[in-house]
Amino acid sequence: MKCTEFLKELTDYLDGKISENLKMELDEHLHWCRECHVVMNTTKKTIEIYRDNELYELPEGLRNRLHEAIMTKCRNSRSGKKSTT
Amino acid sequence: METIQKKAEEGITSELALVQAAKKGDLEAFSELVRRYDRNVFRIAQHITHNEEDAQDVVQDAFLKAYQNLEQFQGNSKFYTWLVRIAVNEALMRLRKRRNDRTVSLDEDVETEDGSIPREVADWSPNPEQLYGTSELGDILKRTIQGLSPGFRTVFVLRDVEGMSTEETAEMLGLSVPAVKSRLLRARLQLRERLARYFKNKKGGDGQQ
Repeated sequence: MKCTEFLKELTDYLDGKISENLKMELDEHLHWCRECHVVMNTTKKTIEIYRDNELYELPEGLRNRLHEAIMTKCRNSRSGKKSTT
Repeated sequence: METIQKKAEEGITSELALVQAAKKGDLEAFSELVRRYDRNVFRIAQHITHNEEDAQDVVQDAFLKAYQNLEQFQGNSKFYTWLVRIAVNEALMRLRKRRNDRTVSLDEDVETEDGSIPREVADWSPNPEQLYGTSELGDILKRTIQGLSPGFRTVFVLRDVEGMSTEETAEMLGLSVPAVKSRLLRARLQLRERLARYFKNKKGGDGQQ
């Protein structure tokens, strides 16, 4: 297996969505190819680091203000569309 | 596997019940739906627009649009999938406005192989979390993902940050499953390549290109 072939399967490999046979082939490639091993490892870390570090939290105060604004708009839009509730 | 499916089904049922109630005019039910998903919509909008003001607008407009078009929601997909689809379109529109560029779309730069071929093949050690403080690391992660084209970062965020399946992501973005897969692979590789600048083992100097 060539490195380019390994790379093509990298996403499915990391997501565990490959057949047993293909996994064996990929594992064998990883065993002797240091570069692909590093690429696989660091790609895995890339995914984990983005998953584990919440970059854009919604602060509670802002959350409440947004919620208020949304519900006001919804109420107004309903009374605009229908005269009765 | 069965339990996950069961849980998912229960989730859909109660979500559907809220949607049905909201359709009949129960604002409290809709308010509950907003509470359930506002954090996710905000996060997705921030990742696409890179602008907090825009992200706030996207959250408001997406929920309002969802509310106004609730009648059109058929229940073939999950409400959340439908909501995110609206939010992604709103976010892309804001991005277009901000950049003054009508061509901003999910297809932008998808043909480029830039950064998809690994060049940095030094391992990351110590762990990036040990190398940088939380806020510095957060800045690096934000800056890095912002460098990706909208199509790539949106797929990455939905799949890997929000934990959606490939099929759900495809539905949310109006893309085919193979298109999502190929974008995800390239997004992951591009991010890895860019992060390597910060995280690669600096001590070793093992001469890898």
